[in-house]
Amino acid sequence: MDIGLQLKVENLLARYVHALDDDRLEEWPDFFVENGLYRITTGENFERKLPVSIISADSRAMLRDRVSALRHANIYEAQRYRHSVSCTLVERVGADSARAISNFHVARIMHTGEMLLFASGRYLDRIHLNAAAAQFEERIVVLDSRSVDTLLAIPL
Amino acid sequence: MSAIPSDPRTWPAEGLARVPYWVYQDEAIYAREQEHLYRGATWNFLGLEAELPGAGDFKTTFVGEMPVVVARDLQGTLRCFENRCAHRGALLCLKSRGCAKEITCVYHNWTYDLEGNLTGVAFRRGIKGQGGMPEDAQPESQAPRKLRVESFCGLMFATLSEATPPVERYVGPEVAARIRRVMKEPVRLLGGYSQMLPSNWKLYFENVKDTYHASLLHLFFSTFRLNRLEQKGGVIVGGEGGSHVSFTMMKTDLTGDEYEKAGMRSVSGGYRLEAPQVLESVDEFGDGISLQILTVFPGFVLQQIMNCLAVRQVLPKGVGSTELVWTLFGYQSDDERMTGRRLGQANLVGPAGYISLEDGAATGFVQRGVAGASSRASVVEMGGRSVESSESRVNETSVRGLWRQYRRHMGL
Repeated sequence: MDIGLQLKVENLLARYVHALDDDRLEEWPDFFVENGLYRITTGENFERKLPVSIISADSRAMLRDRVSALRHANIYEAQRYRHSVSCTLVERVGADSARAISNFHVARIMHTGEMLLFASGRYLDRIHLNAAAAQFEERIVVLDSRSVDTLLAIPL
Repeated sequence: MSAIPSDPRTWPAEGLARVPYWVYQDEAIYAREQEHLYRGATWNFLGLEAELPGAGDFKTTFVGEMPVVVARDLQGTLRCFENRCAHRGALLCLKSRGCAKEITCVYHNWTYDLEGNLTGVAFRRGIKGQGGMPEDAQPESQAPRKLRVESFCGLMFATLSEATPPVERYVGPEVAARIRRVMKEPVRLLGGYSQMLPSNWKLYFENVKDTYHASLLHLFFSTFRLNRLEQKGGVIVGGEGGSHVSFTMMKTDLTGDEYEKAGMRSVSGGYRLEAPQVLESVDEFGDGISLQILTVFPGFVLQQIMNCLAVRQVLPKGVGSTELVWTLFGYQSDDERMTGRRLGQANLVGPAGYISLEDGAATGFVQRGVAGASSRASVVEMGGRSVESSESRVNETSVRGLWRQYRRHMGL
């Protein structure tokens, strides 16, 4: 096992979830390369090879638009997430590229105090590596359940 | 002993201009809906015919709370029957979808064909003359109920009642024409998901019919200055009132020229999308209608939002809970670019949709807001107090239409 690679990838995953959970959404697009792909879909769509997504973006600009809409246009009650990411398997696929699969759980905490297990699933990542940083070329979020409670505002 | 009013559930005297809050809260009303609406003379949406392309394909879903199996039998005919074994009432079919020649109850191995007929009772005659059922037993008498199925333009509907008129008559000619407009050719499934809404099903169904809220709650288009100033459109109420179509001829303005030309630079915060290309749409129906939202009472929605096409099934899951099942589709004739356009615009809808995510929460705000107010009522007087088609969408005519049909079926 390439421990250096494993740590580099796990560090990226950890920084990503802390940015989301700390409400630093403006930093979220920078975890991706310029034309990075981000999708949230369900396990059922994924297994049936149905292409629809709950969120899809194929550039940092689209991710910034998502953040801008959440900050300025969309209306939803105050809420926070707490991500737990585990069981990360990493595989090098080139000199500057790796694939990773991880499990995640996300608790959603509403301003009212209501807390629930909001989502569980897998992150399927393709990661670009260079000396300075690791960034997502592709992050597919596959939800275990086909069902989302109420709404999905903050990204996963 | 204090006197209990003989009928505490009396509709307010104002009629359709008021909706009493008990209608979203009362367990007895909810039970009555199951019997009078879902198991009564209404058409209940089951899914797209395209979900069951081949003989033997089946899916499970619900008519109200009643679980049903929808199948294409071995002759190719669409069938729908209660998902309940004649024996002890267990679910017959445990999968959400699949393909089979027959269906076997796992509990005691009773078998059914794809029409819902009981075809086999395990050990009916016992073993070696011991056990088994009496000669005159009639387990068929408790067989799952069969529903009438009608596929209208590839949309599958079912009803338990013989009295329900054909779908086209049920929704009226104008709504039927608008179904045909979208379901104009064979469809291709793009996928789906569902959303659990923390509210009574009627709050969501009203929300879909409520053209008044659209530009007030959903600020995506106006914040990013994507809509032009003049928008033509209208609302058509069909059938007994509970079905409708609303449409908008909105020209999406990706350059922002209209606002600049009108000297309204200062209208909103000056926010712009960095990647508005995702909203570039084509007028695929050739009529300039960019948004068409259509409902069929009591729980079907057909949506055209630019090039994003979807059906939504509204399923009651208790007095204060509703499941909204979304299925997005395109046409078999779509090229890769068109499919890409539909998938990109799918960002507008669903639980994370730029113009729909608020709906999941807003209906819950009402459910929570009226918790202590069952004897009060909401005010539904935008555009008057009657039910008629209208060119203005600052109007609640289709919401009143829903209540007209609802009250008629419920005897309220």
